[in-house]
Amino acid sequence: MPDRRRRTVLGRRASRRALREAATGYLLVLPALATFAVFVFYPLGRAIWLGLYRTSVSPNLPSTYVGPSQYASVVSSSAFLGSLWRTILFAVFTMPAGIALGIALAMLAHQRLRGIQVFRTVFSSTVATSTAVASVIFFTLLDPQIGLLSYWLGKKGGAGILSDPTFALPAVSVVSIWQNIGFTFILMSAALQAIPDTLLDAARLDGASSWHRFRSVTLPLLSPTVFFAIVVGIIGSFQAFGQIDILTQGGPNNHTMVLIYYIYQSAFVNNDYGLAAVASVVLFAILLVVTLVQFRFVERRVFYAT
Amino acid sequence: MRAAGTTGRLARKGARYLLLTGAAIIVAFPIYITIVNALLTPQQIAARPPTLFPLHPLWGSFSQAFGQAHLGIYLRNSAIMTVAITAAQLLTSVMAGYAFAFVRFPFRRAVFILCLATMMVPAEATIVPNRQTIVSFGWFNTFAALIVPFVASGIGTFLFRQAFLGVPRELRDAATLDGYGHLRFLVRIVLPLNRPMLAAFGIYSFLGAWNQYLWPLIVTDTTSTRTVQIGLKQLSALNVDQSNVIFAGTLLAALPIFVLLFAFQKQLVRGLTAGALKG
Repeated sequence: MPDRRRRTVLGRRASRRALREAATGYLLVLPALATFAVFVFYPLGRAIWLGLYRTSVSPNLPSTYVGPSQYASVVSSSAFLGSLWRTILFAVFTMPAGIALGIALAMLAHQRLRGIQVFRTVFSSTVATSTAVASVIFFTLLDPQIGLLSYWLGKKGGAGILSDPTFALPAVSVVSIWQNIGFTFILMSAALQAIPDTLLDAARLDGASSWHRFRSVTLPLLSPTVFFAIVVGIIGSFQAFGQIDILTQGGPNNHTMVLIYYIYQSAFVNNDYGLAAVASVVLFAILLVVTLVQFRFVERRVFYAT
Repeated sequence: MRAAGTTGRLARKGARYLLLTGAAIIVAFPIYITIVNALLTPQQIAARPPTLFPLHPLWGSFSQAFGQAHLGIYLRNSAIMTVAITAAQLLTSVMAGYAFAFVRFPFRRAVFILCLATMMVPAEATIVPNRQTIVSFGWFNTFAALIVPFVASGIGTFLFRQAFLGVPRELRDAATLDGYGHLRFLVRIVLPLNRPMLAAFGIYSFLGAWNQYLWPLIVTDTTSTRTVQIGLKQLSALNVDQSNVIFAGTLLAALPIFVLLFAFQKQLVRGLTAGALKG
């Protein structure tokens, strides 16, 4: 029966091809998958696990299993809650102002004027400054002895603005707003350019004032971008570390001790890995919720658009 | 009537320029004053009223920052780390993205979702165990510690898969008929078609790596492996009588990204807004 034999040969050849295809697929995803396994999934599980062990006071003694109780005790501690509260404050100080300024600059630069490109370049220029660059610039500008801003604000001498419990967190926030203004400007400009001129022209013909046009045409059409900026802003606020480390190190008297700096200090200054692990897991959980909300929203928007 | 209309328009135009200029001055001031101060002596910087324009610029602060303050070494270290991470992320993301778009293998969907899930784990949440891993590998103070944890990217994998799915089916069929294997199809057809995405993600990845702060801070503590962002922190601790060196060093650290910004403005904008527009 030559026919049947041919079929099995063909079948074998096909399955061998499928096998080779599968091997190719796994070979291609292997580098990414292996990296994720070692540096994303394993440490995530390990952090949850470490949170169950209380680090001993002496570095030579092993940590002891205490179970979920450590989660409860850390999460209800005033140090942790304080750091969470200051992170929220930081987000509240930086996000609305940063987004409003970004929209304002984008509106300002969204007109046909000679030389407008120069202004656009200046407004987007702060994307080129890293957190460390921005922080060191302002660190020197706020220096109580030589800082120009301290001089202009009439705060020359003394301990300085960054050592003032009232002004430290707002000052760090201003630095972050400035550093992010370029990014927000670019984001909002791109969104503005996507708005069809015909819509605004129609509103103008209907006699809508410029404020009215902004309120009822531009702003609603910007809202998806604003939402994206809010999500990025929230995530960014929870990750803001460099500016704290360079400007205040969490001080004065913990007034800028945000969650991420609290984790850093617990782990790498106080060597309390158990405590740091618990705080890390909470950080993960908070950002997970934020991201899921974003995905939820995005899904709906994509659906709506098609 | 007509004249009034013209002056009115002129006045409005003038007001716009005034607003734009005011905003530009405020935004650019911190960088401007950094440039000015880098060219002054520490005594001039501290003098009041302040000097806002350097009449006799001095350039020595730059070589001091580059040499004595080790900025040269830090910049080199950052360059090595950043180029390696960017190249590796491009490679692994293209590979995985291609597999998810064009190669049939069992559990493809599950593996893809696993890759997506990494986007929900912020690097900050895993620093404690990851540092232990690095120490146990004997990688503390090595470039491996700076590079290896970041050789793959969830968002990169996702973006390339989405972009590759946009490659017309007919092209794939035609390539198969011509006897193209996966490698040839990827190199000859898929990659050339997706150059804008390669550029956008490359810049996104470059910026992210260059600006890293927390991770390099906890896995290095010597001059020979310290990156420029951490070097800046060291620099800012310099004495007030070397403040010009602090300003010069800050500029040196920012310079590569400024060059990138001007050279690749379009790609940079696309890279930065990729998440917003894709999402």
